[in-house]
Amino acid sequence: MSENMNPDYAGVGMYRENIIDHYKHPHNHGTIENADIKFTENNPFCGDVITVTIKLMDHKIDGIKFIGKGCAISQAAASMLTDEVKGKTLEEAKNYKREDVVNMLGIEVGPVRTKCAVLGLVAIKEGIKNYESR
Amino acid sequence: MLKTKMALDVEKIRKDFPILKVKVNGKPLVYLDNAATSQKPKQVIDSVTDFYENYNANIHRSIHKLGEQATAAYENAREKAADFINADSGEIVFTKGTTESLNLVAYSLSNELKENDEIVLTQMEHHSNLVPWQQIAKKKKAKVRFAEIDSKGELKTDQFNELINKRTKIVSVVHASNVLGTINDVGKIGKIAREKSDACFIVDAAQSAPHMKVDVKKMNCDFLAFSGHKMLAPTGIGVLYGKKDLLERMQPFLYGGHMIKEVTFNDSKWNDIPWKFEAGTASIAQAIGLGAAIDYLKMAGMEKIAQHENELAEYAMEKLSEIKEVEIYGPSAGKRVGVVSFNVKGVHAHDTSAILDSEGIAVRAGHHCAMPLHSVLGITASARASFYLYNTKEEADKLIQGIRKVIKVFK
Repeated sequence: MSENMNPDYAGVGMYRENIIDHYKHPHNHGTIENADIKFTENNPFCGDVITVTIKLMDHKIDGIKFIGKGCAISQAAASMLTDEVKGKTLEEAKNYKREDVVNMLGIEVGPVRTKCAVLGLVAIKEGIKNYESR
Repeated sequence: MLKTKMALDVEKIRKDFPILKVKVNGKPLVYLDNAATSQKPKQVIDSVTDFYENYNANIHRSIHKLGEQATAAYENAREKAADFINADSGEIVFTKGTTESLNLVAYSLSNELKENDEIVLTQMEHHSNLVPWQQIAKKKKAKVRFAEIDSKGELKTDQFNELINKRTKIVSVVHASNVLGTINDVGKIGKIAREKSDACFIVDAAQSAPHMKVDVKKMNCDFLAFSGHKMLAPTGIGVLYGKKDLLERMQPFLYGGHMIKEVTFNDSKWNDIPWKFEAGTASIAQAIGLGAAIDYLKMAGMEKIAQHENELAEYAMEKLSEIKEVEIYGPSAGKRVGVVSFNVKGVHAHDTSAILDSEGIAVRAGHHCAMPLHSVLGITASARASFYLYNTKEEADKLIQGIRKVIKVFK
């Protein structure tokens, strides 16, 4: 990348190549028809939105897809997280935390951007919660 | 580059603002978030410190030296605010800010609203001039109607001829849009309102009063609202101007201490205007700070400030329009205040703002408390650079360089 890209600067340090890559080419992008779980989570302050659809098999996440609009952090995190939870049980998926998402992103996430980073996580967990309470 | 002669002595002005020496991420601060809140000159900071160090006391109650001094300073600030917009001091109600000013008018006037009455607003209102009316309309079964914007982000002013009728009781419009920067022809809108109805005509001047000469007599508005913190003053102080007869007719918004003349267990008599609307202990230091801010702005000259910001907006828009990845919202520079909202194609405004921040450049990103307007524009968020009297062309250049960096990172 460019010569004046100093990773010490909080702002640009966030925009590592893998994040930009996931943002521009998100994994598991789309919607599953006849999904067992469907949930949309908004962040009204940024206008970020993510809709997650999940297909289950034997209480495991057989398929997961997301569509959304928002900043690079929110979309990259959803892309990475959907990769991560595929094949996991609902119980396992529910146990993912903010720290897990931050580790996947591999960057420091301050309080303001935390909402962006966990948008996909919240959508998945709330979706599961809804499904289980049915 | 040839340096064009600016209307203001910006170099001298910058020395008055201690915060402009601050470094952000190792870079000099380039503060372009003035539409959110402005920075404060040492004259304002000193006036607040002086109050707390030398004559802090409550006002209108304490019969002692400090109380008298504090009361005089607070009322003196009211005189200055009145003079600033060509009003009488009895017509100046101090509030917490524009939001409280507009809520005060909305709640107080709602006593006179009936079913099927109509309220006319515009599509470019800040939430503070939309949500209060929307909620009151629900309660009173009144109707809210909106004047639209055209593709250039200008208000279709002629629409008011159709929107306003005998049922219209409120016409409340923003003077300058906090997103598009558009300066609306409030004089013309007010004239239509008078011809077609007996409606109260209200102007939200939060983004205009800090940046240009505002004259309530010329505008012929019934109410006008603005905030101190966007015009060099502290937070927690704002102004509601109201025509004397209207303020006298209106019911108070907040009840409690100081807004009364006489209280018995069964009834109360209200204080005279404007104190009838100032319940509780006022924001005294903040009002004094507002007085100092007005002195500062007058010294610099409102016409010169407007001209300076216009030059900066024009310059920034010209440079921005040379970048093909940038989309700018709103009308040409001549028709706006120094507010420039934009997006870098394919990049969320938050990402743009975060990368600019790494260069020490502060802009706002989001929906700027104007979600309905953003839906009209077909976007969820935008980045906004907003200029004030201390900003320079060099800073506008840094913004452009920062945007080029955003494009590079996302390439």
